[in-house]
Amino acid sequence: MSGTWITTRAWLLMLPLLVVMTAVIGWPLIDTVRLSFTDAKLVGTEGTFVGLDNYVKVLGGSSFQRALVTTTWFAVVSVTAEMVIGVLAALLLNQQFRGRTALRALMILPWALPTVVNATLWRLIYNPEYGALNAALTQLGLIDSYRSWLGEPGSALTALIVADCWKNFPLVALIALAALQAVPRDITAASLVDGAGPLNRFRYVIMPYLAGPLLVALVLRTIEAFKVFDLIWVMTRGGPANSTRTLSILVYQEAFSFQRAGSGASLALIVTLLVTVLAVAYAGLVRKAAGAS
Amino acid sequence: MERQSPLFTVFVYAAALLLAAIILAPVLWLFVMSISSAADLSTKPLNWWPNEIDLSRYRLLLSTIENSAGASFTASLLNSLKVAGMATLAAIAVAVPAAWAVSRTSQISWSLYAVIATYMLPPVALAVPLYMGLAYLGLLNSVFGLALVYLTILAPFTTWLLKSGFDSIPKEIESAAMIDGARLDQILRIITLPLAAPVMATSALFAFLLAWDEFFYALLFTSDLRAKTLTVAISDLAGGRVSDYGLIATAGVLAALPPVLIGLVMQRALISGLTSGGVKG
Repeated sequence: MSGTWITTRAWLLMLPLLVVMTAVIGWPLIDTVRLSFTDAKLVGTEGTFVGLDNYVKVLGGSSFQRALVTTTWFAVVSVTAEMVIGVLAALLLNQQFRGRTALRALMILPWALPTVVNATLWRLIYNPEYGALNAALTQLGLIDSYRSWLGEPGSALTALIVADCWKNFPLVALIALAALQAVPRDITAASLVDGAGPLNRFRYVIMPYLAGPLLVALVLRTIEAFKVFDLIWVMTRGGPANSTRTLSILVYQEAFSFQRAGSGASLALIVTLLVTVLAVAYAGLVRKAAGAS
Repeated sequence: MERQSPLFTVFVYAAALLLAAIILAPVLWLFVMSISSAADLSTKPLNWWPNEIDLSRYRLLLSTIENSAGASFTASLLNSLKVAGMATLAAIAVAVPAAWAVSRTSQISWSLYAVIATYMLPPVALAVPLYMGLAYLGLLNSVFGLALVYLTILAPFTTWLLKSGFDSIPKEIESAAMIDGARLDQILRIITLPLAAPVMATSALFAFLLAWDEFFYALLFTSDLRAKTLTVAISDLAGGRVSDYGLIATAGVLAALPPVLIGLVMQRALISGLTSGGVKG
């Protein structure tokens, strides 16, 4: 069979997917770009061309800058914590002990819990009047009076980060565990004979096996954390006093609550650009790591 | 083998207990809330275990008496099933031929990266035109419209999973059949697709879970019982004026049940599917 026919046949088989993706992804993306240069409203007015007005207003506005800082803080702190706790949990699960299989199965639980259920669960735990956190801390004598964990700008973002970590560190742990199990036993045994301490063993024997899979987990988690919406919408809706308003929440408010489709679109594209930069930077990192090992 | 000191063994068990507690405590508490009476949940100091087990909320939410909390909950449950089911079927239908083509044709393998790249797109980048488009087509607040929108997530995702699934089926089996004179459609129907059945099932389950979980588009594009999904119904409960926290917890338990069960079962299916999928088929 000739090469051109094989290629043509492949494209024909791709056709249904391409049609669907053009309709639900390609066209909306292009239309978002068009809208971002107009002052269109969500309903009613078509809008007129306003050039770069939306971008100038958005980038210069304090709400965007603040949301960018909030999002970055949320992503960096929660992903870092998830990686550290995840690797520690994986190192533990790689030891021999009774009940290890059951504990490993438990790790699926937070991962499988729908994000909205997780958010609801933590919202109940943080409840200022009857929440379990207040009750537990009071009964342990750690706090004197009940606090509104999600209602105070000082603690709301941290409370969200804890909820995000709880749901996502087990996934990192499972990925790291799979990588740990690929470390050949004779290598760890040899390093023991050679007298390597636990820290050196982790750094020089185990880490080379962990680095690749962990980097992939880091990429995916960072991008997800940067796009965070569900968790925050259900728990705080961006409040109190906009202290948990991330970029996705800001776009939602601009485009749908205030119905400003034009400036909402420009904001959405800026977010998309930031996510793309993250993805490309990390893709480069992953390729470099793959080449190095 | 490393000889473990007793101290190290104690440390391992202590750490394992701590990890188990961290994972289990929130989930168990959700369950306890769902079976505690409203009075037990609103006392200080809090009752960590109910005085008597109260299952009335499960009965309430799963009932279909008109205009009750149960009617709207069961309606949203059905909507979630419909939307996730339709979107999964449609995604698998377009992804299978595409994934096979990408897996077997090196000349177009670059197109897979384009497909995966769209999976990274934040939903906000598409939301405004999708809203306007659905409004134009009269598909706002419709399970069909929402299922269509879910293809933005499920189509790239399933293509990606299926492609690596087809990669694990040796090309040589197909070539051998071709030499014996089988047509492409026969090869796919008799050889490739049966071999890929475990991967297709896994992909479909993952896609279903992804759709079951989805919240952002559902929040934007649905507004009442005709199309509202479970995630939106729960967020309404959590953010609304419901004074019975146990009811919110019960809704959460019910919504979490299918994915948690699938997750626990899949854990084995995932590992065995990877190791024995090609042998057994």
